[in-house]
Amino acid sequence: MPTKTDKRTTGSGRNDTGIDTNAVRADFPILTREINGHPLVYLDSAASSQKPKAVINSIVDYYENYHSNVHRGLHTLAEKATNAYENVRGRTAQFIGAPHVEEVIFTRGATESINAIASAWGDDNVGEGDEIVITEMEHHANFVPWYALAKRKNAILKKISITTDGQLDLSNLSEIITERTKVVAVSHMSNVLGTINPIKELAQAAHKVGAILVADGAQAVPHMPVNVSELGVDFYAFSSHKMLGPTGVGVLWGKKEILEKMQPFLYGGEMIREVSFEKVTWADLPNKFEAGTPNIADVIGFEAALDYLENLGMDNIRRHEIDVTTYAIEQLSKLKGITIQGPHDATMRGGAISFTDADIHPHDISTFLDSKGIAVRAGHHCAQPLMRAMNIIATARASFYIYNDRKDVDTLCNALTQMRSYFGL
Amino acid sequence: MSSQLDDMYRDIILDHFRAPRGKSKLDKKDFSSGGHNPSCGDEIEMDIKEENGVLKDIHVKCRGCAISVASGSILAEAVKGKPFEEVVKIAEEVRKILKGEEGVLSEDLEDVDALKGVRKFPVRVKCALLAWLTLIEGIKNYKSEDGKENPTISTDEDDK
Repeated sequence: MPTKTDKRTTGSGRNDTGIDTNAVRADFPILTREINGHPLVYLDSAASSQKPKAVINSIVDYYENYHSNVHRGLHTLAEKATNAYENVRGRTAQFIGAPHVEEVIFTRGATESINAIASAWGDDNVGEGDEIVITEMEHHANFVPWYALAKRKNAILKKISITTDGQLDLSNLSEIITERTKVVAVSHMSNVLGTINPIKELAQAAHKVGAILVADGAQAVPHMPVNVSELGVDFYAFSSHKMLGPTGVGVLWGKKEILEKMQPFLYGGEMIREVSFEKVTWADLPNKFEAGTPNIADVIGFEAALDYLENLGMDNIRRHEIDVTTYAIEQLSKLKGITIQGPHDATMRGGAISFTDADIHPHDISTFLDSKGIAVRAGHHCAQPLMRAMNIIATARASFYIYNDRKDVDTLCNALTQMRSYFGL
Repeated sequence: MSSQLDDMYRDIILDHFRAPRGKSKLDKKDFSSGGHNPSCGDEIEMDIKEENGVLKDIHVKCRGCAISVASGSILAEAVKGKPFEEVVKIAEEVRKILKGEEGVLSEDLEDVDALKGVRKFPVRVKCALLAWLTLIEGIKNYKSEDGKENPTISTDEDDK
């Protein structure tokens, strides 16, 4: 632990982690607004992060100065737009340590990326009686596509359970991942518990039986350094909008040799090499998987988000979040009635903290906090199987990012204390 | 405190939330009804005793947010001792009111009227509706010839 947990940074916004939250906040126009007469305290970045001016401006710049369709034009604007768009592919590959640029496929979001794998790869590689392994803590985005594949193919859907402290229970892994297993799909970081899962070990276990590993990185990539080569995964999916970028852009990364063999999941323009009435041949990677006009503007905006994150440094971001998360867990634990779900050691988890109150439903918590200008998420967080496993109906979730600091934790805890007296508890 | 918040969590609502009425179990029940709200997980169960077309007694058990608990409690108090015909009429009026339509409540139903504040929070209307829809369904089911033993409703199916 690099920071002293007893040190209050209230006021300065700077802690020992190299991120000046006051300076960061100044880059996010939305954070200056008030909600219900209070300054906005945005603690819902795990659902979607806010956007810095640089991202917003890059989209405006594109539309005002060089908008054109990509790839097919021969004029100046088309060339500029194509270069800008393709440049982001390279930047993205670099950002996640992908060995080949053409392994980066742009989609609408992590959900679409996982759906694409489950249908295009799944339909050709999973058959009757084969096994698909997921975990109990998956977001519906990494559960339902596999459930549907299992139904289509009469395959068997198996799960890795969770322990009481919100980790994956790997004690009987060899019984779960077997010779019949074709794919292991697992979240890199839980959107409910914050748990960081041992992707590398799971990838090794999958490869040992000839299965592939698909990682849902929607919560991990925004908050910690991720290197797909080091992790040894076969597919990795994430979304731009949770990492300062625009909505409507996702990344599907896959190993080149797997992507080359995989069938397209969308057909149309851009994804072909040659079309005749009798025969159509597919384009090479990455175009094979990007039929139609892509989301050019938002991909370009995504590059500004990557710039912003790289400028801060992903290691610094991770350290900053460990600091804020440690402080938040410490302070929330002191509050009467509040129970924190998931690991309590911030080095083992991300900054999405789910909690419940013994007497107050998460929706009442959220409504009350909103009246104080504090935005949190409440509900099942698209993880109903996990809620069932934990035997709770819903949680409230406060999630922290680069623009949050210990002062936001204090604001949250004060409001939660007021809440209990408001409800007469 | 913001006045909009106080509009929803009126004193009457908070009072019902803290000390829900209809909590005691019945020695004998004539029918039951259950409901749930899949989007937020609220769950309600009610047991009802009938005597000559009158709702003699009701037991309500609700697990959910303050609004759903208070609404179930207000319901228990409002319908006890009234003929089923009148009970259904009240429940239908509450449904109209919560959905933003014109509805009429008699003056003695002051607590029911307090639910109106929820209308400013559209996502919470379902929480307030749950108890009333569950009651309407339960009575309808009890009166029909081929009624189910334990009917359950889901507020997601009531999107008129």
